[in-house]
Amino acid sequence: MSGNHIIGEAAIRAGCRFYAGYPITPQNELTEYMAEHIRNAEGGIFIQSESEIAAINMIAGASAAGFRVMTSSSSPGISLKQEGISSMAACELPGIIVNIMRGGPGLGNIRPSQGDYFQATRGGGHGDYRCIVLGPASCQELADLTMDGFELADKYRNPVMILADGMMGQMMEPVIFKKPKPRLYSEKFMLRGAGTGKSKFIRGLLLDPIDSEEHNWKLARKYEVIFRKESRFETYQTDDAEMIIVAYGTAARIAKGAIKRLRGAGMKVGLFRPITLWPFPELQLRSWSSKVRHYLVFEMSTGQMLEDVRLSLQGFADIEFHGRPGGAVPTPAELANVIAKYYEKRD
Amino acid sequence: MAKVVFKRPKSLKENVFHYCPGCGHSIAHRIISEVVDELDIRGITIGVPPAGCAVLAYNYFDVDMIEAPHGRGPAMASAIKRCLPDRVVFSYQGDGDLAAIGIAESFHAANRGENITIIFINNAVYGMTGGQMAPTTMLDQKTTTSPAGRNKTLDGYPVKVCEIFSQLKGATYIERCMVNSPANVIKAKKAIKKAFQCQMDGLGFSLIEILSPCPTNWKMSAFNSCKWIDEVMSKEFPPGVYKDNVASLKKDSEASL
Repeated sequence: MSGNHIIGEAAIRAGCRFYAGYPITPQNELTEYMAEHIRNAEGGIFIQSESEIAAINMIAGASAAGFRVMTSSSSPGISLKQEGISSMAACELPGIIVNIMRGGPGLGNIRPSQGDYFQATRGGGHGDYRCIVLGPASCQELADLTMDGFELADKYRNPVMILADGMMGQMMEPVIFKKPKPRLYSEKFMLRGAGTGKSKFIRGLLLDPIDSEEHNWKLARKYEVIFRKESRFETYQTDDAEMIIVAYGTAARIAKGAIKRLRGAGMKVGLFRPITLWPFPELQLRSWSSKVRHYLVFEMSTGQMLEDVRLSLQGFADIEFHGRPGGAVPTPAELANVIAKYYEKRD
Repeated sequence: MAKVVFKRPKSLKENVFHYCPGCGHSIAHRIISEVVDELDIRGITIGVPPAGCAVLAYNYFDVDMIEAPHGRGPAMASAIKRCLPDRVVFSYQGDGDLAAIGIAESFHAANRGENITIIFINNAVYGMTGGQMAPTTMLDQKTTTSPAGRNKTLDGYPVKVCEIFSQLKGATYIERCMVNSPANVIKAKKAIKKAFQCQMDGLGFSLIEILSPCPTNWKMSAFNSCKWIDEVMSKEFPPGVYKDNVASLKKDSEASL
């Protein structure tokens, strides 16, 4: 199965029963998969929306109605969804947004890129909010993190973004789908008609600034809990490392390939791979700064996660950067040469 | 014993309307609530208020409501209805919300034949933001962003929603009403009731446009606003039934039983 198909299958297995989307490369296989398969799942609903804007508002509505929901797109389409994502965060509606990133800015191109890191990890739309952002680096992780994403979305009643790229969406690897956990989501958060009881409303508009401030702090307290509890990362060959590469997603895969080559040449290089991009595993990365002084951030962008690495290491380390933006993807050999140069220069 | 001839509908909360004196929203809210009571659907109705003056509709309607971003009501309502097909789902939208920023969402909800109802309040201006030119602003009408009057060369023409949407095969029932006189209010209520009934019978998309006074932004008295609807606005936007497939669809569905 291709990465895009895997996300779709994992979502359906996790109980996603509402998907809305609009065609855009390189994520079309996911929309197509959902068109066929979610409708085969009991109660499954697929709508090909007139726009990405409509799609995000459709999943917001379906989420309020009590469904597990997903939409997907690629970079320019994700920009269009931001109004709705902000609104879902404000209204505390769970749901998954998949961004199969392509080269940007503007229409850019349809090649894999990581240029949307800022947008994803800083909220993306207007206002004081965060999305939980998961950065899978293998087909297995696409499956696992999609399933986990639904649980996180429900648990914190917040949008979750799966941030992958065209490479992840198109690649094929064998995958084992884990058994999904039963959904725990209280009916009190659903809007299904008042019945004989009190009517409810879901809103993000709070005209009274004091009410609005309190709502913002309430969200901020939730984000603080997420930051403390949900940071995830992986380390690879870091035990004796003298230099750590920090990379996520496709870039981390390339970095692993490069590290294997460098280790073969006797260079002590390891990898720190954030899995949650927000919350960024800041404290976990910081704890390495007492052991390792040299870091190289590698991204398929001009340097976005780089800022989080700098914030995490707080000036206690030497941080270099290598980037290939705009849809360019280096080979492990190319990256190994770059790393080797910095490794040899280290003092 | 005194006979009750006028009372607050059960589906209307006991909050004082924040709308300006003479505004049509309050009337529209009231007749929708009366219809909800008469059809006995308070417990299964879900409303989607817009951005604009009616954004606070959830303070008034005693039914479940979810706020939509500006213009996106029909997308949200479509999804809610698909998820909960036995509920009655309506979006409540102004002219900017429906015919400008949300024209795509409205048009395609109609074209998909979503089994929802749109209540479309046309007052020819952006009310809440202070009376700017709307897609439905009349030619030569002065607004804060068309200070010399709407100019067809620069600003285009008033968008005729009922005329356009009635061309869509997916739409079942489309009517334009007014709330500027007691007789017209009764007509509007009948149309809303028919639209909700159309939805409850599973017959598809319905839209009721309501020409609605906005004395504050029209800079007219409430009385003159009602007169202006009769004399000017209704000439550009003639009231009437623009599409009604209710009877024929009902016959088809009965025949297929």
